[in-house]
Amino acid sequence: MADVRLKGVAKAFGDKQAVSGLDLAIADGEFVVLLGPTGAGKTTTLRLVAGLERPDTGSVHIAGRDVTRLEPSARDVAFVFQQYSLYPHLSVFDNLAFPLRSPARRMSEADIRRRVAEVARLVRIDHKLENRSTKLSGGEMQRVAIGRALVRKPSIFLMDEPLSSLDAKLRGELRLELKRIQRELGATVLYVTHDQIEAMTMADRIGILADGELVQIGTPRAIYTEPANLHVAARLGQPAINLLPRGLLPDADAPPGTATIGARTEHLAIDKAANGHADGVVDWIEHLGDQNHLHLIVGGRKLITLVDPDTPFGKGDKVTIHFRDPLFFDASGQRIGG
Amino acid sequence: MSAAAHSVVEPSTTSKRVAATLVIVYAVVSMIPLFWIFATSFKTPPDSIAYPPKIVFTPSIEGYCNLFTTRTRQTAEYINALPPATSFCDETTRKRNMVIAGPSNFLPRFLNSIVIAFGSTFLAVFLGTLAAYGFSRFKVPLADDLLFFILSTRFMPPIAVAIPIYLMYREIGLSDTALGMILLYTAVNVSLAVWLLKGFIDEIPREYEEAAMIDGYTRLQAFWRVVLPQATTGIAATAIFCLIFAWNEYAFAALLTSGTAQTAPPFIPTIIGEGGQDWPAVAAGTTIFLVPILVFTILLRKQLLRGITFGAVRK
Repeated sequence: MADVRLKGVAKAFGDKQAVSGLDLAIADGEFVVLLGPTGAGKTTTLRLVAGLERPDTGSVHIAGRDVTRLEPSARDVAFVFQQYSLYPHLSVFDNLAFPLRSPARRMSEADIRRRVAEVARLVRIDHKLENRSTKLSGGEMQRVAIGRALVRKPSIFLMDEPLSSLDAKLRGELRLELKRIQRELGATVLYVTHDQIEAMTMADRIGILADGELVQIGTPRAIYTEPANLHVAARLGQPAINLLPRGLLPDADAPPGTATIGARTEHLAIDKAANGHADGVVDWIEHLGDQNHLHLIVGGRKLITLVDPDTPFGKGDKVTIHFRDPLFFDASGQRIGG
Repeated sequence: MSAAAHSVVEPSTTSKRVAATLVIVYAVVSMIPLFWIFATSFKTPPDSIAYPPKIVFTPSIEGYCNLFTTRTRQTAEYINALPPATSFCDETTRKRNMVIAGPSNFLPRFLNSIVIAFGSTFLAVFLGTLAAYGFSRFKVPLADDLLFFILSTRFMPPIAVAIPIYLMYREIGLSDTALGMILLYTAVNVSLAVWLLKGFIDEIPREYEEAAMIDGYTRLQAFWRVVLPQATTGIAATAIFCLIFAWNEYAFAALLTSGTAQTAPPFIPTIIGEGGQDWPAVAAGTTIFLVPILVFTILLRKQLLRGITFGAVRK
């Protein structure tokens, strides 16, 4: 395992600037998640680290070594793709053994067997080693793909939405397994996703990408509670943060320059209206089972928040709303008081 | 799909029967000429030109005897003086007042066909695979124009350039050589091979090679270990197309080969027997000529049908 540094990396495809001026340092053994919408430059960043793309400017360092001009095979990285993850013409065993059999490695067949068996146990696929890789379920395929990355102990694991093609239940299970494996091995991981739950649960640090730039990087907690700007605030939280213009509701000591107030569930105190004063009306309640989404109409705008399943509110109820320590953003979208 | 009764994807019994009937009728109709050739190859020369044609006849391998041998007419005294016939062919020939003079040219011509057709197919598929991979994976300058140029070599019938090629080949000494025919058929086939294979290789996701390259393989090794095994279906299909063209090609072969490099197609029609065309021998030659392509197709049928990437691709 090793640390990875990107210094001022930029990459354009034709007219489109995929990544610009990217500085990123990943410590040895750290799990960094890059979060952002499609086209934000997440995958390009991974491919730059892997060597599948060459940066236009800037440099890539792995374990202190400048690898900017090196071929992927010389970088000692492992990559887990979102799909097309297994070689369809090979068995599970041969898929796992493939990196070890590379001519550059020259490992003995006995060592390969031992190592494959070890990894197969780790990713819990050892009962299906002789199967054709095409005969596996989606979850098994991705476990083998992760195993193939683990098998040769690379300096860093690069994972490009490895769980996104799986159904929700499997994704939840593999998320835990991946984190367990990473902890056991002390692996350095750079992980790309657009799923905020994966980011929040697995990351040591989350990097938020937008339009090819790293907007903010920090612990999941810091990104959630102290987002640098509106864009970052909108990436995390379920339901999404409510962004309201100042003055829509009685603002709780908004600092000067505040243009937008960001309010998540925990920033809102909602009560049934009494003595004639009301801020909003309950539009409808979405029942999710363990919790409910409460949709409110406030001055013509929609506001969504979580409420308990046994909420006393009903459609058409008038309510009062008070901010509790919300987030304040200035006219350019930057958070104030950070 | 267990509920086949009203399934959308599972055809009904009626439509299956209609389809089967159509396929069988078509197969029978298209097999008639083949059956005719096969049957004629086992007729005697008189039976082969009998009118009305004989459907039921006593089979004979005289056609095959005549295909592989040359014969000379002899007097009855000469034939009677010979030691007893040692083979069926000897005997049949003598009954027609002839003796076997030696082997015919069929076998060398047939071997020429094998060398030239398989050689040019291998070359066309080899070059086509590399070119198709290049066009599919790399930024080739003017790629579209080059591909159009490659395709454009098929715009006119190849025979349109027969005379210039004939003159060129005579000048540079490629006339009537196996090498000349291999190069010619490769040139005709390679454009088809590039286009067909590019389609197949385009469908193999790049992620496989990228994964292999990250796993410590060079691009060439990745191509060999990961791309080729998945392209076998396409390569087999392309090889069959190329082989069928090279194997059956008549016009260039008739024009450019006459002796040592002559292939079977221009040779077979020239088999002359007593009193005109020796139809059983011609039919025997044609029957044998069909065998290699039949075997090749049957051998590769598994590859063609396997579709090895099916199911491995998660979209």
